[in-house]
Amino acid sequence: MSFLSYLINGISLGSVYAIIALGYTMVYGIAKMLNFAHGDIIMVGAFVTFTMVSTCGYPPMVGVLCAIVFCTVLGVVIERVAYKPLRGASKLAVLITAIGVSYLLQNLALLIFGSNSHQFTSVVALPNLKLADGALTISSVTIVTILLCIIIMVVLLTFINKTKIGQAMLAVSEDNGAATLMGIDVNRTIAVTFAIGSALAAIAGALLCSAYPSLTPYTGSMPGIKAFVAAVFGGIGSIPGAFIGGVLLGIIENLSKAYISSQLSDAIVFSVLIIVLLVRPTGIMGKKINEKV
Amino acid sequence: MKKRMFSLGMAVLMAASMTACGGSSSSSATTAAAAAETEAAEAAEAEDSAEETEAAAADDGATFKIGVIGPLTGAAAAYGVGVANGADLAVKEINAAGGINGYQVELNSQDDEHDPEKSVNAYNTLKDWGAQMIVGSVTSKPCIAVVAETSADNMFQITPSGSAVECISGDNAFRVCFSDPSQGKASAQYIGEHALATKIGIIYDSSTEYSSGIREAFVAEAANQGLEIVADEAFTADSATDFSVQLDKMNEAGAELVFLPIYYQEASIILKQASDKEFAPIFFGVDGMDGILTVDNFDTSLAEGVMLLTPFSTTEEGSLQFTADYTAAYGEEPNQFAADSYDAIYAIKAAAEAADVNPDMSYSDICDALKVAMTEISIDGLTGENMTWDASGETGKAPKAVMIVNGVYEMQ
Repeated sequence: MSFLSYLINGISLGSVYAIIALGYTMVYGIAKMLNFAHGDIIMVGAFVTFTMVSTCGYPPMVGVLCAIVFCTVLGVVIERVAYKPLRGASKLAVLITAIGVSYLLQNLALLIFGSNSHQFTSVVALPNLKLADGALTISSVTIVTILLCIIIMVVLLTFINKTKIGQAMLAVSEDNGAATLMGIDVNRTIAVTFAIGSALAAIAGALLCSAYPSLTPYTGSMPGIKAFVAAVFGGIGSIPGAFIGGVLLGIIENLSKAYISSQLSDAIVFSVLIIVLLVRPTGIMGKKINEKV
Repeated sequence: MKKRMFSLGMAVLMAASMTACGGSSSSSATTAAAAAETEAAEAAEAEDSAEETEAAAADDGATFKIGVIGPLTGAAAAYGVGVANGADLAVKEINAAGGINGYQVELNSQDDEHDPEKSVNAYNTLKDWGAQMIVGSVTSKPCIAVVAETSADNMFQITPSGSAVECISGDNAFRVCFSDPSQGKASAQYIGEHALATKIGIIYDSSTEYSSGIREAFVAEAANQGLEIVADEAFTADSATDFSVQLDKMNEAGAELVFLPIYYQEASIILKQASDKEFAPIFFGVDGMDGILTVDNFDTSLAEGVMLLTPFSTTEEGSLQFTADYTAAYGEEPNQFAADSYDAIYAIKAAAEAADVNPDMSYSDICDALKVAMTEISIDGLTGENMTWDASGETGKAPKAVMIVNGVYEMQ
């Protein structure tokens, strides 16, 4: 029974990583860049939701919708201002810019909200699910997060495979230059990718803080890094991979806390990552890339 | 070329905005400090004109300058603001009553954001301002960084709440609160003597010496008190969001009391997650738990029944006057840190009067005189009666605990 309880805790932590990892992997898969500011867009999303719900008193759904709109605009603006001018520059320059954007967002949030902790009111107002006469409790946030993860995953896959703009995204991810020659507007496609990624971040922010209700300007950074690890673990660029990677990471983290040592859990998580990458360098679901000689 | 210019512009803009952030936060801190200063100066002026005789002693304009270092903003702001206000209140009272040895006292509070480097910067700022004694730092890590500087300079330092052993490693440094090991030991004694529980669980932060220090002493003393530690779990600063596994293990091991030698921010999450799991042991914290009721938007009913080792309660008879004055002046109830800092200022006053120091002496001479006098004084403060100090800087007073009932502390 206790094993099941640890497993459920692991899945609930993992589902939060998964929803963050979806945004990471989406942007990486298409724009081929690591958006290190993703974790901080999550934090912005959570603050927008917090302000709308706890300060202004709107219902949670309105708060989340506002956060989605705000983050989408923010994501597009960041892409337009900070990343687009560097399209031709080296990968490293873009990476550093992303880190810069990340600190910029953190410091702006510090300036506006201060670094005091805010207790986030959960946006999911459903009762928790109890199994086996109350011996097992599955929180409603976990259920909503997992369901949303699966829905988002299916919608994203359908969107990419069935729509014109989705096909354009695939083309851009395969070969940027060739896509341009085929008449695809690369800039527009990447902007749409960022819009989607940032909207996902807003949802992730609201769910992250509903599950773990302490909100500060640094809230997004550690889960952001863990989710990035989850995305790499699952195979970066692969949408189902992000989901699987996230959930697995959460489970490994919690089981190692439970059965090995709560002091060493992070060390164990990252050791598993190293081992997986040694055996499968592209991650669990990653595409194998054959180098042409 | 255009592109390059643009990215250069962006870089400049970004750099500018970063420095703007840093700059404005420190400037707001200094404005706050400056405001406090002018207030103090105004109070001093008022006194001067009212009591000509008192002013005679200080008519060369000499004043004692006391610097306060603490986190006025940031995650530990509830502690730092309490310390700054508590010191401010004590100084106003002392000035109104004629100062120390007839000299008025000036106070300057600097923000360290609970960061060791910024704390040392704050100390340097205060030294430039002419500080002769330091009250601070408030939190352990910054305090350890500052004490290295003050002991090299031979500047008198008294920390209201820096509880790590190394916080007072120099012979120039003293503290008002208990040290970490003695807090851990005192908690175990309190739990044992009051028979609160026998099966104990511990959740501690293995990445801070504050938390691990208290835990070590608690574990060592628990055996003597007949307490059984059934679960002993850690977390680190990087994994301080999810405590469900730790709580499950406490629950499974049948812990009747969970000891939380951690800061209130993590404690607020633990209380929330425990209530979600309907796990309701007695939660027992130490001074880091103080401030839990001030977390923004925190549902205080979650903290109902939480016990914490603290030497101060607003409802205790000896603290009523202080509480009323403090609330009138700063618009919120004082916490333990405010009381610690209030006592620290009065300890300085008692020692300065015993040693008969004056502001014209160098800070090093003042320090030499005060560190001898500190071991000879005994004061009745808010945080304990007959508080005494030994040469190592530790205080001697009996531990007290409070329980949170209906959202307020109730002395047990």
